[in-house]
Amino acid sequence: MSAVPGQTVGPFFHLGLEFPGMNELVPPGDPRAIRLHGRVYDGAGAPIPDAVLEIWQPDPRGHIVRQPGSLRRDGWSFTGWGRAGTDPDGHYQFTTLEPGPTEEGRAPFFAVTVFARGLLDRLFTRIYLPGDDELLAADTVLRSVAPERRGTLIATRDDDGLVFDVRLQGEDETVFLTYPRLRDAWA
Amino acid sequence: MELTQADIDAEIAAAAQHTAGPQPRIDYRSYRSSVLRHPEHPLHLVDPESVELWAPAFGHRDVADDEADLTIQHAGTPLGERIVVTGRVLDGDGRPVANQLVEVWQANASGRYRHQRDQHPAPHDPNFTGVGRMLTGPDGTYRFQTIKPGPYPWRNHLNAWRPAHIHFSIFGTDFTQRLVTQMYFPGDPLFAYDPIFQSITDPKARDLLIAHYDHDLTTPEWNTGYRWDIVLTGTHRTPLDTEDHDA
Repeated sequence: MSAVPGQTVGPFFHLGLEFPGMNELVPPGDPRAIRLHGRVYDGAGAPIPDAVLEIWQPDPRGHIVRQPGSLRRDGWSFTGWGRAGTDPDGHYQFTTLEPGPTEEGRAPFFAVTVFARGLLDRLFTRIYLPGDDELLAADTVLRSVAPERRGTLIATRDDDGLVFDVRLQGEDETVFLTYPRLRDAWA
Repeated sequence: MELTQADIDAEIAAAAQHTAGPQPRIDYRSYRSSVLRHPEHPLHLVDPESVELWAPAFGHRDVADDEADLTIQHAGTPLGERIVVTGRVLDGDGRPVANQLVEVWQANASGRYRHQRDQHPAPHDPNFTGVGRMLTGPDGTYRFQTIKPGPYPWRNHLNAWRPAHIHFSIFGTDFTQRLVTQMYFPGDPLFAYDPIFQSITDPKARDLLIAHYDHDLTTPEWNTGYRWDIVLTGTHRTPLDTEDHDA
C-alpha cells in the first residue's frame, strides 16, 4: 500500500498541537526532574521560532511506558511522550526524567521528531545522554555515523539537566535518521 | 523584485521534469521558507530499536468525545458548509491503527485561522476555533464534523494562495510512522499553483492527499461528507517483539 506523503506543519500549528503541560512529562518540582532544552537553528544559524519537537523515551529504569495520559497529565504517571514548540529565540524546553537503557549495556536515548514551518516533512533524530564514553563508543548507530558528526546526536550537561541544539542545515547539521520501512515505502 | 506566480509556475514545471518519488522534496525552493530549513546531508538509515519500535499510547482520558465536533465548541453555530470527514488509519501492511490519536486544525470558512500570526483580512468566526482531536476506533476509523475551510493568501510570492486544506497529525503503532500532513478537497483550482502541494512531484502521490466526496456520508438537510483514508508506512515491530514485551 502506498503511504500518504507528509506536508509541512505550517505556521499555525500552535492552534492544533498545543495543550497545557505538553512539555512537562513530570512536574517541574519533581525531585528527579531534569530540564532538556536547546535551540533550533536554520542553515544561516538563525534561531527558528516556529518549530515543534516531540520526544518519546523510556523511563529511568529503561521501561517503555504504554500508558495513556500525555494530553491530560495527572501529575503522577510518566507517559514518556511530550511536545514543545520553540519560542521567539528558537528555544524549546522539556521537564522530564532521564531515560534508562532498555537493554543492558545499551546507550539510552530520547527518540525525537522535528517539525517546522518551512520543513516540508518531519525529521527523526536521537538525543543520547553524555557521560559514559565507553557506552557511546559501543553504540551501533553512533558508530555508523561519521566521527565528526557523531556529536550532533549527543546532549551536553548544564546545571539543570541536558542541552541539545538542532541544526536543520549548514555546518554541524544534525544527523537525521530514516528507517528501512520508510526507505522501502518510498523507494 | 518580488516573485510572481509566473516565476513559481516555471519553477514548479521545471521540478516536475524530475519526479523525485512520492514524498515531498524537502529541498523544494519554490516554497521559499524551506530554503534554509532542510538538511543537505542524506538521511542516515538505521534499524529502529528500543522506543523507536513503539508509539506513545493515548486513550479516552486524553480526548473527550465532543472534541471530534468542531461545530459545537461555542455558543453559536459557525458559518460555512458543514461537512463530515472520515476514513481509516492503516499501517503500510493494511492493518488498522486502532485507538490512536488524530489531531486536526484548519482555517474557518473565510480562510482565516484563529492564530495571531494570521494577518489575512478575512473575518474571524466567533463560533469557530478550528481544532479537533479524536481516537481511532478498533478498525482504524476516525471521524469528525467541521466546516469546510476556505482557501487563503500567503506571502510566499505575489498573489500566492493555498488550496483549502485541513492539517492532520497522526501517530502509528511505532515511532517511525509519525505523520503530519494536509488533507485537500477534490477539484481545487489552486492545486497547480501551490508549491507546498507541488513539492510532492509524483502526481499519484499527490492524489493520496485528496479526500473523496462520498454521498453516502452526506446526510439529508445537514452536511456533506468526505472520505479520506490515511495509509502510514509499515511498522518495524514483529509479532515476536510484541510477545516479548508483553511477557
